[in-house]
Amino acid sequence: MTWKRKDLLSMQDLEAGEIRDVLDTAESMKEIATREIKKVPTLRGKTVVNLFYEASTRTRTSFEIAGKWLSADVINFSASGSSAEKGESLLDTAKNIEAMSPDVVVVRHKASGAPAMLARNLRCAVVNAGDGAHEHPTQALLDLLTIREKKGHLEGLNVTIVGDVTHSRVARSDIHGMKKMGITVTVAGPPTLIPAACQELGVKVSHRLEEAIAHADVIMMLRLQHERMTAGFIPSLREYSRVWGLSLDRLKHCRSDVLIMHPGPVNRGVELSPEVADGPYSVILDQVTNGVAVRMAVLYLLAGSKGA
Amino acid sequence: MSVSYREKAQVLDESALDRALTRIAHEIVEQAGGVEDITLVGIKTRGVTLGQRIAAKIASIEGKKPSVGALDITLYRDDLGLKAEQPVVRGTEIPFPIKGRTVVLVDDVLFTGRTIRAALDALMDLGRPRVIRLAVLVDRGHRELPIRPDYIGKNLPTSRRETVAVLLREHDGMDRVVIQEPSEEGEPQPKGEASEHGKSPRAERGEG
Repeated sequence: MTWKRKDLLSMQDLEAGEIRDVLDTAESMKEIATREIKKVPTLRGKTVVNLFYEASTRTRTSFEIAGKWLSADVINFSASGSSAEKGESLLDTAKNIEAMSPDVVVVRHKASGAPAMLARNLRCAVVNAGDGAHEHPTQALLDLLTIREKKGHLEGLNVTIVGDVTHSRVARSDIHGMKKMGITVTVAGPPTLIPAACQELGVKVSHRLEEAIAHADVIMMLRLQHERMTAGFIPSLREYSRVWGLSLDRLKHCRSDVLIMHPGPVNRGVELSPEVADGPYSVILDQVTNGVAVRMAVLYLLAGSKGA
Repeated sequence: MSVSYREKAQVLDESALDRALTRIAHEIVEQAGGVEDITLVGIKTRGVTLGQRIAAKIASIEGKKPSVGALDITLYRDDLGLKAEQPVVRGTEIPFPIKGRTVVLVDDVLFTGRTIRAALDALMDLGRPRVIRLAVLVDRGHRELPIRPDYIGKNLPTSRRETVAVLLREHDGMDRVVIQEPSEEGEPQPKGEASEHGKSPRAERGEG
């Protein structure tokens, strides 16, 4: 075991060995979900605070279930209806929460770097649950776990990420994580939604969907935020869907064992047609299941090793 | 920090180890009056291997092989958070119900009893066995909890500073049990029993 970190802030920080440790631990955690009584006493007496400044159902619930199955006390703090609305700064809020002795603070914030700032200022462990357009490391870890589980390995696979890469923290974390695990990553999307400096991350760039997905072992479809249309990044949702949406018809040209992934929530009929989202290639719900296991692993590695 | 260990004495050789397991298999069958209700659960890692060997012996005696599960007690340890580094979670694989069964827990070395305490809690979370019994290849004494084995391969008086290494073909390329002691120079006092085993070059776990 090589895990020595106080915090989990980004996939960019992690080394391949650390990623493997989290995935192996998560794989072992999956057995707990199959039990009649889904609880182990591991984090008894530990407190996990979910500090969410942005809307989230899946991620927050996932952390909450993960903490509870490990017997930690999980407290949810959401920005609406809290002192944040009264003008309290993030750091002040966090310091106040720290004064109540949590062991782990899970942060989602619209500002890139907010979790890193908290990590520098708090004694407890900090987990980045999504910061701006920066990173969302636990999503990348659950994506890697899902791919490894379905394909049996990671090294040498081809993964194509399709959609709004510019604004996607999921894409950024996935790219960093996948590159470290020996995966070849291709990003595809309209030029307005693919960062110019993308190649510097060591990924291939494609502006034609058919070409980008033809040899992919995994296709990761990103969510298209509706506000991208009003901001002028794409002409219209319908046009985007026609050019960049994944339909059954397009899938015919893919590998017969291709996996379709999506970080959720899915815009049905925009980036994914319903037949594809619910089809046999889709592992979208496996991703959600694996999300709990990955977060259990992360909480175990971060909360467990702190002095009792 | 790290202590090196050297071999002090061999306790069991290959054939003695095999005979001990044969005897344990007979005792298990005799006490249970057959094989129908019996389920073996090995504690990872070497307890699982020993459990499989005992199951094979029971099969050759009774003509029917009991199921063997693998139990990882990491999530039930009582020393989590006391160590600098988190122990590796290896995963439990018990793909059959244990409710109402006679579960024989199998481990390589019985020491403080803390591993067995954790294993009992872990088993109870998986179901309610009719009875749980304990089989160990070596009982080295120094119990810290009121726990007593039902089937013992070898009673082995040891001092606390020594470690017992169970080497098995499947993991170590040979079958033997040895007592190890810390090498002389710069030898620090063994701390808690929990970390004592971990420092041994061979016995990766087995403090309980």
